[in-house]
Amino acid sequence: MAEIQKIIESLSPLERKIIPHLNLSLKEIKQQTNLDSTSLLRALRFLENKNLIKIKLTKKKIIELGTNGIYYKKNHLPERQLLILLESRKVTPLEEAKKLSKLSDNEFKVSLGVLKSKALIELKNGKIFLAASKAELSKKTFEELLLEVLPIEEFKLQPEQQFALENLKKRKNIIEIQERSTVSFTVTELGKQVSGEKIDQELIEEVTPILIKNWKKNKKFRSYDIKSEVPKIYGGKKHFVNQAIEKGKRIWLDLGFKEMTSTITQTSFWNFDALFTAQDHPVRDMHDTFFIKNIEGALPEKKLVKAVKQAHEQGISGSRGWQYPWSEEETEKPVLRTHTTCLSAQTLASLDIKKDLPAKFFAIGKCFRNETVDWSHGFEFNQSEGIVVSREVNFRHLLGYLKEFYKKMGFEQIIFTPAYFPYTEPSVEINAFHQEKQQWLELGGAGIFRPEVTSPLLGEPIPVLAWGPGFDRLMMMTYKIKDLRQVYENDLKDLRGKEVMVG
Amino acid sequence: MTTCTFPRKEFEAQLGKKITKEIEEKISLFGTPLESLSSDSLEIEVFPNRPDLISFQGYIRGFKAFLEISPGLKKYSLKKPEKNYNVKVSPSVKDIRPYTICAIVKDLKFDDEKIKEIIDLQEKLHITLGRNRKKVAIGIYPLEKISLPIRYIALEPEKIKFIPLESDKEMTGNQILSKHPTGRDYAHLLEDYDKYPIFIDSKNKILSMPPIINSRDTGKITHETKEVFIECSGFSLEVLQKTLNIIVTTLADIGGTIYQMTLDYGNKKITTPNLTPEKMKLSLANTNKLLGLDLKESDLQKLLPKMGYEYKNKTVSIPAWRTDILHEVDIIEDIAIAYGYDNFTPEVPNISTTGEESQESKIKSKLAEILIGLGLIEISTYHLIKQNEAELFKLSDEKKIELEDSKTEYKILRPNLLIPSLRILSENKDHEYPQNTFEIGTVFSLNEKQETGIKETENLIILCSPGNFTKMKQVLNYLTQQLGINYTLEESSHSQLIEGRTAQIKINNKEVGYLGELHPETLRAWGLKMPVAVLEIELEEVFELLKK
Repeated sequence: MAEIQKIIESLSPLERKIIPHLNLSLKEIKQQTNLDSTSLLRALRFLENKNLIKIKLTKKKIIELGTNGIYYKKNHLPERQLLILLESRKVTPLEEAKKLSKLSDNEFKVSLGVLKSKALIELKNGKIFLAASKAELSKKTFEELLLEVLPIEEFKLQPEQQFALENLKKRKNIIEIQERSTVSFTVTELGKQVSGEKIDQELIEEVTPILIKNWKKNKKFRSYDIKSEVPKIYGGKKHFVNQAIEKGKRIWLDLGFKEMTSTITQTSFWNFDALFTAQDHPVRDMHDTFFIKNIEGALPEKKLVKAVKQAHEQGISGSRGWQYPWSEEETEKPVLRTHTTCLSAQTLASLDIKKDLPAKFFAIGKCFRNETVDWSHGFEFNQSEGIVVSREVNFRHLLGYLKEFYKKMGFEQIIFTPAYFPYTEPSVEINAFHQEKQQWLELGGAGIFRPEVTSPLLGEPIPVLAWGPGFDRLMMMTYKIKDLRQVYENDLKDLRGKEVMVG
Repeated sequence: MTTCTFPRKEFEAQLGKKITKEIEEKISLFGTPLESLSSDSLEIEVFPNRPDLISFQGYIRGFKAFLEISPGLKKYSLKKPEKNYNVKVSPSVKDIRPYTICAIVKDLKFDDEKIKEIIDLQEKLHITLGRNRKKVAIGIYPLEKISLPIRYIALEPEKIKFIPLESDKEMTGNQILSKHPTGRDYAHLLEDYDKYPIFIDSKNKILSMPPIINSRDTGKITHETKEVFIECSGFSLEVLQKTLNIIVTTLADIGGTIYQMTLDYGNKKITTPNLTPEKMKLSLANTNKLLGLDLKESDLQKLLPKMGYEYKNKTVSIPAWRTDILHEVDIIEDIAIAYGYDNFTPEVPNISTTGEESQESKIKSKLAEILIGLGLIEISTYHLIKQNEAELFKLSDEKKIELEDSKTEYKILRPNLLIPSLRILSENKDHEYPQNTFEIGTVFSLNEKQETGIKETENLIILCSPGNFTKMKQVLNYLTQQLGINYTLEESSHSQLIEGRTAQIKINNKEVGYLGELHPETLRAWGLKMPVAVLEIELEEVFELLKK
């Protein structure tokens, strides 16, 4: 009894409204209570959750006329229109038939196909030959017969109607198949007991300012079903890529690095030449790098340009250089930066080595390459760049900073292997262990800038630890994203639902 | 990066050991990432600085030294040129493809596998060191089909006539470039010249037209070939020498004997190949300083031979097939590899500096924080837009900054954030509403004053769907109030917005952006079904005000 009382106290106003009518049909309940269908259905669901009724859903498919179907039913199917035209002529050139029939391209094509398949016409040498007998001409086709009986429930279709339906389904908007579900319910034993009880209409539904003002003791609230679902809400949030970038930034800031910023478009000088990348290096091919059409860039101060030219042509600070004629024209070409390392080059060029050392800088930014898009490639990607400029730094320190950064990003297991970049020596590839895949993944490169890079930019070859591993793969691992395209697609449902990055 | 596949059985036979987990690790620590390993082959990657490791023989030579199975500088003997072992270089090639370097290798025995290996090496060198044959083109010919001596000359294309490989008709130089498939692929390397270079023998038989194709008659290496003539042609004697050295040492490793040839350049004669190692002084102090190690002379004597060098009297002898040693640091890296990257102890040095975020980053973060507080979702879109999007937007030509040869449909730098935002709304049109989004990002415009000829500004865009003018003005009011910035609105027009509901936003009397309701025509063009209110501002002025 106590249980029933408890149920009664938890009934919502909607439920209370329909409980006295549970012996009626759905249609009658609707009339009695004046509830709209949605509210009624919701109330029924609540009752079902309380195990007072059982809802039964029956689905029905109903075949109806589509927009074209309605028109054709009135004015004949196009194949009939064509047939009527052909009836008086026996042989008709295609073009002429098309013109006289006034059918659209598509309708005409379909009609020819239909009539041919029914052997009512033959096509030869661009002409239509009527092959149907008088009797055949006057007989209605299965399709025409079907249109006449619509709407009809699917399970009632005869085999020939089913056949006609399949044919018409292939054509545009002649047929529409509607799925309708009907709801009915049965009252459970518990439901019968509850509906027999007297229902106290005095339960308080809502706390209102008036109620607070006039509050009297011993009044009872309706109790809620605390387990029932509530509608979803969404908050505003940062894009998850930017959340990850902020985390990366914070790590570098905590380690005492200063942020570098620069433009996305760069001259080849900063993107390649200042980084000792020979002018015939394959990366400088249009196939790999985005060059910008019809624009010529300008070069920085002459002294720097001269030193870079020397580094390439004959070498500098003990180097032999690449031994080729270096072209200024080539270096003026603007590109979308292919790495954030060009920011490092610009930063080095701006340093006063007498005052600014030691120095540590970082950037996390967008880079570009001329690529097609698939699950692991894209034409945009983020890179995490850093440099440490000091006469006292060495290769072990480079590995130290990298290890520290990746540890803070959540990757404890890191190994370093040799690598090659035109602007660093020694060079290193960072590999992280992927727990799920149980394999080592390449994260990107680092190294110590070559004297051919530092000498022109700083005035003397001071060691510069430098790294520029990609950031997207890290992000994919952190968010368990398997397809890179998801990183850039901005699916709002996905953005709203994605968990925020903590820590 | 070049991917090389080697037969596992042969690899293990050469090393005299099985490939264990330890060897697998050593392969990667040697600087050649192991890509895959199966029961019959292994696939490794060779970085562009080590073309000498592309061939199976070259790789084994390097890796056996690394494992200390046969450390040190490998020596090869060279036979002096015999009679007629010379190539006369005509002055006519000077402005076309000025140099060639040649050799003869005898006592060879080719089977299918070896022939494949040599062709593979030639192709990979063409791509890497040869920069797709531009810098270096290589020809290898069965010696028995040629009559020495040889001449390297340039002739008018119509005077060049021979049957090229993969053809059965005699063709002229012009016909080869225009009709032959290989000719067409490489035509760009010759077509601007009046004359094309050829190698021709003493019986006036044309051997080849570099860098395009060989003659069918002097043809290809077969099982019967015992002796070969090799030429490399190009623009830098040094690069040609290194390329030739890589090829002849590979052939010597499969049993060949290398013969030198004399190249007669008229004013000078040179003898090639030349395998004399180059010498470079190495400073132990520099090595330790750069690597952060405490190595002794005796360590160098152990480590350098692991990378195929000879080290005596503080001087390193560099193998004549190494192309990448420009500076002492290149040798020091090899010392690090020999020492083992896995043996370095990483250390964060005690360098005290103060971390500092850029002012603009800080301001952008603040803006985002305020907008998120209003329940807006941040989006992050591509910096490029599609051609058809520019058309939908009726973007004028002077606003279009196009990329050369983009491989995707994204071909133009975005001139505003509205285009990418419309794309995102249209891709999300079937998702739950309201859709209120914002983005802070870079947009591009032409500007001659900039180094790249392009001005980049940071913009902020906010879109509310469904939304109207009032709602967007409320957002702007809240945002500027929170930042302590004043703004004014003026009646304006915008191609995508409803007239009479469009405002120009001014800060400090400078025009910084617009606010309004998107016109139904725009909405329809982008397939949108819901009303959209928008505001977009350039942040430059905001940055200026807030930095103060």
